[in-house]
Amino acid sequence: MSKIKFLILGFFFGVILIKAEVISWFRIQEMFRFQSFHMYGIIGSAVVIGMISIWLIKKYKVKTIAGEEIKIASKEFNKGNVIGGLIFGFGWAMTGACPGPLYALVGSGLLIVLVTLLSAVLGTWIYGILKNKLPH
Amino acid sequence: MNILTQPWPWYVSGPLIGLMVPILLLLGNKTFGISSSLRHICAACVPGKTEFFKYNWRVESWNLIFAFGIILGGFFAGYIFENSIAVQISEETVSDLNAMGINNQNGLIPQEIFNFQSLFSLRGVILIVVGGFFVGFGTRYAGGCTSGHSIMGLSNFQFPSLVATICFFIGGLIMTWFILPLIMTL
Repeated sequence: MSKIKFLILGFFFGVILIKAEVISWFRIQEMFRFQSFHMYGIIGSAVVIGMISIWLIKKYKVKTIAGEEIKIASKEFNKGNVIGGLIFGFGWAMTGACPGPLYALVGSGLLIVLVTLLSAVLGTWIYGILKNKLPH
Repeated sequence: MNILTQPWPWYVSGPLIGLMVPILLLLGNKTFGISSSLRHICAACVPGKTEFFKYNWRVESWNLIFAFGIILGGFFAGYIFENSIAVQISEETVSDLNAMGINNQNGLIPQEIFNFQSLFSLRGVILIVVGGFFVGFGTRYAGGCTSGHSIMGLSNFQFPSLVATICFFIGGLIMTWFILPLIMTL
């Protein structure tokens, strides 16, 4: 089953999130209060590595392990980036988590976060229903 | 096995997170982004008549498998090999939180707020349910979360991702500084 590699990668990502304390509600509060460099260091260095890796992939026309060309779609700007962004920001500060950490927290045994995760699914579901009525 | 029970410094975990970008591209042209899993869950379980959920989610099943992997990773790292020392948050944060009524800073999330009994209080419903709702609604409306926009998007120099990331922060700052203290008085 070729999909198992994504399970393994997700596993490592979950481990990293926990060990990095990205999943800590307290670390997120610290971040929004500018009382520690920790989260900024994590996001900043992740972006730097991401940028360098994409540059290398493009420069050397690196292919996937299956030999296919790597193509990354461009994103188009829309008002959702702003309005949705702000709303997610509210939620991030309230729950101390973005989607990745929600899964990791559930895995770590904090079952109350299942309620948060289900509410997030509900939020996505409602967005899908209201989408055409919202400014984009 | 010490490394598994100690927290990792930012200069180790940050780059490791950044490596998710090229690894997923190399594995199969997949773009790093977790919030789309919420959409796939809706499409797989409760699509209804909604256009937004009418697509072949099975093509994106790698994303759901990845998300499930995160749950397993969380179990391994957060339960089996739980960190032996508490999160060392700054003194100033501790006193800010105490002032808001959060006196127990042990664990990953404040036990005083995030527990099942809390769901019977207005404060608990707002932070747990409404907060979660905002995460799900906001990320889809924005077209991504911190992984999809802030890490993947910025790594590829996408302007919408810069805007989204800035708005994530502005939203978080407004909530933290102005609204959360009010919610905590409920």
